[in-house]
Amino acid sequence: MRTAIVDRAIDGCALLEEVARHHNGATVLFVGTVREVNDGAAVSGLDYSAYTGMAEKELAAIVAEAADRCHTPDIVVEHRIGALALGEASVAIAVAHPHRGEAYEASRYIIEELKKRLPVWKREHYVDGRSEWVQNAEAEMGNRKLEIGASEA
Amino acid sequence: MIVRVLLFASYADALGASELSLDLPAGARVLDVLTHVKALASGKRLPERPMVAVNQRYARDDQAVTAADEVAIIPPVAGG
Repeated sequence: MRTAIVDRAIDGCALLEEVARHHNGATVLFVGTVREVNDGAAVSGLDYSAYTGMAEKELAAIVAEAADRCHTPDIVVEHRIGALALGEASVAIAVAHPHRGEAYEASRYIIEELKKRLPVWKREHYVDGRSEWVQNAEAEMGNRKLEIGASEA
Repeated sequence: MIVRVLLFASYADALGASELSLDLPAGARVLDVLTHVKALASGKRLPERPMVAVNQRYARDDQAVTAADEVAIIPPVAGG
């Protein structure tokens, strides 16, 4: 397992090589990229920022949960921060497992949890010159779930 | 005691600072931190109950804070 918050381009192929083991029969690579339209507004680029220390811890925790649930240590995740252009990768998740079911499941778990929990923020810049902070649709629900989880702890 | 509070993204913009130093009574809890921040002129722009992390872990409202803790108010996240 390896997780990192990086401020350089993400190389998905390098992640694939990193999780490769001969006992694995399935490898899933998820790559999230900057989309040109969000909520109907034409996006020209965006800036990601993070609470880096906490983001590193939270990302490692999410990946450890996925490894535990899906029984594979062969997971590498990188999330990029800084200025990104259209089409550039903001996140990449590589998971390898002997079988495809668990590989897909772990990949999906990681991206969904990351969207709820990772302390990373995004400022979108639009073609018309405006820019604004945007939040994940999952964030509010995730926050409520986190609060409930914490109060039950 | 003086407690250091970190602000990020839209909350840093709203309060015009990326870090605050709050003078809180000993025994203060996360909810007291929020009450103090929201009492600031610019603090009224924060939502009703923002998320808080203590020492880089999400914290509940009744968690105690000390001068040695790193407290952060966490805006709705946007990773991925």
